[in-house]
Amino acid sequence: MAENLQFAFSGLTVGTVYALVALGFTLIYNASDVINFAQGEFVMLGGMTTVFLAMAGLPLPLAALAAIASTVVVGLALHRLAIEPARTANPIVLIMITIGASIFLRGLAQVVFDKRFHTLPPIFGSEPIRIGGAAILPQSLVVLAGAVVIVVLLWAFVDRTLFGKALIATSANRLAARLVGIDTRQIVGFSFAVSAAIGAAAGILITPITLTSFDVGTLLALKGFAAAMLGGIGSALGAVVGGLLLGLLEAFAAGYLSSQYKDAVAFLVILAVLFAMPQGLFGKTRVERV
Amino acid sequence: MWSWKMPVAGVCAGLAMLLAGGEAFAEIKIGSVLSVTGPASFLGDPEKKTLEMYVEAINAAGGVNGEMLELVVYDDAADPNAARTFATRLVEQDEVVAVVGGSTTGSTLAMAPVFEEAEIPFISLAGAIQIVEPVRQWVFKTPHTDTMACEKIFTDLKERDLTSVALISGTGGFGKSMHAQCKKVAPDHGITIVHEETYGPRDSDMTPQLTNIKNADGVQAVVNPGFGQGPAIVTRNYRQLGISLPLYQSHGVASKQFIELAGDAADGVRLPAAALLIADKLPDGDPQKPVVVSYKQTYEEKTGQDVSTFGGHAYDGLMILIEAAKRAGGFEPAKVRDEIEKTSGFVGTGGVVNMSPSDHLGLDLSAFRMLEIESGDWTLVE
Repeated sequence: MAENLQFAFSGLTVGTVYALVALGFTLIYNASDVINFAQGEFVMLGGMTTVFLAMAGLPLPLAALAAIASTVVVGLALHRLAIEPARTANPIVLIMITIGASIFLRGLAQVVFDKRFHTLPPIFGSEPIRIGGAAILPQSLVVLAGAVVIVVLLWAFVDRTLFGKALIATSANRLAARLVGIDTRQIVGFSFAVSAAIGAAAGILITPITLTSFDVGTLLALKGFAAAMLGGIGSALGAVVGGLLLGLLEAFAAGYLSSQYKDAVAFLVILAVLFAMPQGLFGKTRVERV
Repeated sequence: MWSWKMPVAGVCAGLAMLLAGGEAFAEIKIGSVLSVTGPASFLGDPEKKTLEMYVEAINAAGGVNGEMLELVVYDDAADPNAARTFATRLVEQDEVVAVVGGSTTGSTLAMAPVFEEAEIPFISLAGAIQIVEPVRQWVFKTPHTDTMACEKIFTDLKERDLTSVALISGTGGFGKSMHAQCKKVAPDHGITIVHEETYGPRDSDMTPQLTNIKNADGVQAVVNPGFGQGPAIVTRNYRQLGISLPLYQSHGVASKQFIELAGDAADGVRLPAAALLIADKLPDGDPQKPVVVSYKQTYEEKTGQDVSTFGGHAYDGLMILIEAAKRAGGFEPAKVRDEIEKTSGFVGTGGVVNMSPSDHLGLDLSAFRMLEIESGDWTLVE
């Protein structure tokens, strides 16, 4: 029992991270049909920038805010300089551009920052909280809470503001949205900015637990993508559920099966989803009208 | 009319002098292929800096037997194929007399046949025991091996009467290799491995694996062969779960960075490490003390970076070669090879080296010191 609880804690912590990355995928996908494989690099930039600003003497909260802001700038630049000029190309080309951007950002981080691992101090100390024989770090709860706040904010924004409605309209039908006067370019750029902010925030929250380095983004992007696929790409609820589910699956696989196959779980999930239900758990089936 | 000819003539004369001068100063070429960039740059970068630094110092002090050295370094970016190409270039184009290099085991094993065939002494800076076992006539190495790290840990466990051990190993190259070596030598030291877990090199949470170890029967201590950030996370999760058994890390994480990453959780962790790491803490009578303190100071002054054991391996390799050449009275490859093999009592940063025709490494367990982390710093376990 205690070990199941421990596996669940482990899975939820890791799963929240996947969920946040998946959320970033979802947002950009909805606005532009692009799967942004540089999403993991946003997470890396958030963590690494905070670490280096804090080392330069900035107070931690300020460093975190500055890191989110600078990651947003990177997100906007990615859209303006790489995605926007190629907007008439088909999504496959755009996806390749994002893969290129992710390699570029990784290389840049090696030069601007360094190649070592870094960590940040946890907000509420590192004394674990013991529940029913299992232990969870206070920082894990911070990550969970942070994820909830981000999801609620995002929902309120998309559902309650005019700009959010424009985002939904763009995702539903870009041409129609443009015809009713929505500046879809602005919407897509905006989705990159918000995705970058979510990624950066996730990166800052998880660094005290998972550590960070210039290349943490690659695997996170893959896992986040698997989570988004599992939940149904394009669905925000699906991204969150998919992320948590994937984290739990991994933790229980590591606990009960061999830990060597842990990483295989994510890829098995992608395969299973593609074979059995390509629309994922919460995704809408897309009907191609001719 | 002559107003423009004069400077040109002057430049030509200057160039000629430079060329002549260059030749006079570069008689003995020593080759090196290192992973200066790429995934193993943490090895190749300090190695290159060390070699350059000391070749310069040797030349400034009058060279070896009156002959000046020239160092030829190529960067293989941790690609064994590139390493082999560069090895051929060192032999055929640069005509080097000896090679100190090969940052990774892969590169070393790719290059070894080239130097064997060309009959040029080759001192590798890579870890695996396969480099010198079986012995290759022209190949030597300076770093201690995984096997020695396992043996050092097991000897310490035995002294504490702890004989049933759980292993939690990284699945990266380093962790995998050390895991296998530890399993191989465990029976010789009366150690039983009762439980085994693994984790991926990029994993960010090892609590499930550690929970299994916690619940396994009869575990008295835990050993974590691994490299990079994994061991730091294992150490944190270990404390998070409140496991009170002794935890042993490997020499792969013997750096200040490990303590920084693992934080308070690192207290009480033991690990084998080279003397270089605790240069200031060695007792005054220690034979290695003068060497490691001097290397550490020189390296940190010149580069402004913390000293690493990897640069130390390059120092040892170069110095073993130079001493052999001094004894041989020159850089005749065959004579130098014979003298390297006869190296005995050489005190390097990695330990005291005593080579023989059957041992092209020449280190014993005394090369490793058992350290314990206490309030964020190393202490020597007596």
